[in-house]
Amino acid sequence: MAVRMLAAGEQGLVVEFGDSIDSALNDRVHAFCRRLHEAKLPGVIEIVPTYRSALVMFDPFVITRAELQSRADSMLEAAGAATGGKTPRLVRIPVCYGGEFGPDLEFVAGHNHLSPDDVIRIHSARPLKIYMLGFMPGFPYLGGMDGRIAAPRLRKPRIRIPAGSVGIAGTQTGFYPYESPGGWRLIGRTPIKPFNPASHDPFLYSAGDYLQFRPITNEEYERIRRDAEGGRYQPEVGEP
Amino acid sequence: MITILSPGPMTTVQDEGRWGYQGFGMPPAGAMDRYAYRVANLLAGNRPGAAALEMTIGGATLRFDRPHVAAICGADMGARLNGKPVANWSSFSANSCDELRMNFAATGCRAYLAVQGGINVPAVLGSRSTCTRAGIGGHHGRQLRAGDSLPIGSEFDRDIRLQALCRSFIPEYRNPIEIRVLSGPQDDYFTPAGIETFYWKTFKISYDADRMGFRLDGPEIEHRGSPDIVSDALCTGSVQVPGHGRPIVLMADRQTAGGYPKIATVIGPDVSCLAQGRPGDRVRFVRCSEEEALGALRAERDRYGEIARWLKTFMLRMQITINGVKFETEIREG
Repeated sequence: MAVRMLAAGEQGLVVEFGDSIDSALNDRVHAFCRRLHEAKLPGVIEIVPTYRSALVMFDPFVITRAELQSRADSMLEAAGAATGGKTPRLVRIPVCYGGEFGPDLEFVAGHNHLSPDDVIRIHSARPLKIYMLGFMPGFPYLGGMDGRIAAPRLRKPRIRIPAGSVGIAGTQTGFYPYESPGGWRLIGRTPIKPFNPASHDPFLYSAGDYLQFRPITNEEYERIRRDAEGGRYQPEVGEP
Repeated sequence: MITILSPGPMTTVQDEGRWGYQGFGMPPAGAMDRYAYRVANLLAGNRPGAAALEMTIGGATLRFDRPHVAAICGADMGARLNGKPVANWSSFSANSCDELRMNFAATGCRAYLAVQGGINVPAVLGSRSTCTRAGIGGHHGRQLRAGDSLPIGSEFDRDIRLQALCRSFIPEYRNPIEIRVLSGPQDDYFTPAGIETFYWKTFKISYDADRMGFRLDGPEIEHRGSPDIVSDALCTGSVQVPGHGRPIVLMADRQTAGGYPKIATVIGPDVSCLAQGRPGDRVRFVRCSEEEALGALRAERDRYGEIARWLKTFMLRMQITINGVKFETEIREG
């Protein structure tokens, strides 16, 4: 599919790379966004990457749509090749599985003819790519979950899901940074907050980074929760 | 400092919005009607971007704890200062302990109170706008409650005089509301009949209309095939159409990405007009060209400059009595 340049109002340009959820396609989106970001074009207000497109907000009296499209076009070619600038990171998310934090762990296990321990092992075994962030601040849309632990959504969504809840919906997994209603099957909870407005680096991860869940005990959950509340928590960040 | 005695239905601190973080899922927030918000700041002598109060449907009752200059713009909520009427779209001065009381909106939906110096709550990621969904910005990240006290800043333009805005700068809040849109980005997801419905039929603002988005009632807009897309980014003014065929216009507190096709995007200057719409008001979408949209944006920006200049022109106010009838005149330098 050819890249399409679409208008989203007089101040928005959508650069559409495709219309599917695909890891290689998403890599092209992030590589393009990084290049455009690094070009620091005057008049570009912000760049929003998604699964398969990038929204570029701009001031049309500083850079015209035609100019922006031509600059963006020149960055598409390179977007398929190696990525420049900021390299993706791997952020470990500590999760206390089961019990009151994961009321649906038994269901997910039973549904897939596995033991709860198998579900935990599989869920935390591999790094998962953040395709995009959305729905609520810091909510990661993750790709690459092992299909052996897939589970259908709840028929009747819960009215209140506590912040930090880790869930599965179909072949998707992720966690809720804020309290919210929702229909995901909850298998655990993380004590960390992905957004800390007081920090110089307020977001723990960006779209394009990787997350890997790490099983922790109730005691460790409490300790990390206290550290996070007191601003002492050191995120576990490395290379993918 | 000002103290909220009664917040009204929904009052928050807002400014230009928190731009640059949508890629992290952070809604921009900010004033829903940027025109009324910016003009209120101009009248109050504030620097661009100063935080103001946004009041929805009905106004707040508040106390000035020190002498302040302030201005009210937008929906007419019949403001009274210690019982005396305060004109909408004008600045006024309040003494310590003066009480400002506002009612339900007679016209429009959102009013802005700018206090000289700006509402000086801490900025979060470069903005003082309240984002209730993330619980950040404004006063503790939430809508205001009785008893909240808000600090006022000290930076402002000192050679400003109290005045009422010239009528030609005051918008009229009409019903039906005509909203100009640019087609796309996913207009190819709709049948020609669906597109025709969108541009030729009238829609109605439902009761489900808030800072996140305005759900509209009306005829069904027909999709070509599946009404779902792989999520992509939303902007303020995006008109998305879910499977049920009724449009939703996304506003300041919207989510940053969504999985429904967007038939069109409301042009920036007209988002302010829609923000003054109330449940039950009718809405018509008018297709415009990119040139028209840029012209409207240019005209809006020029207007702020004209107002700023107008506020600084020399003005003389006189009262004359002719045959026992009192007249108020205003003479302004050309």
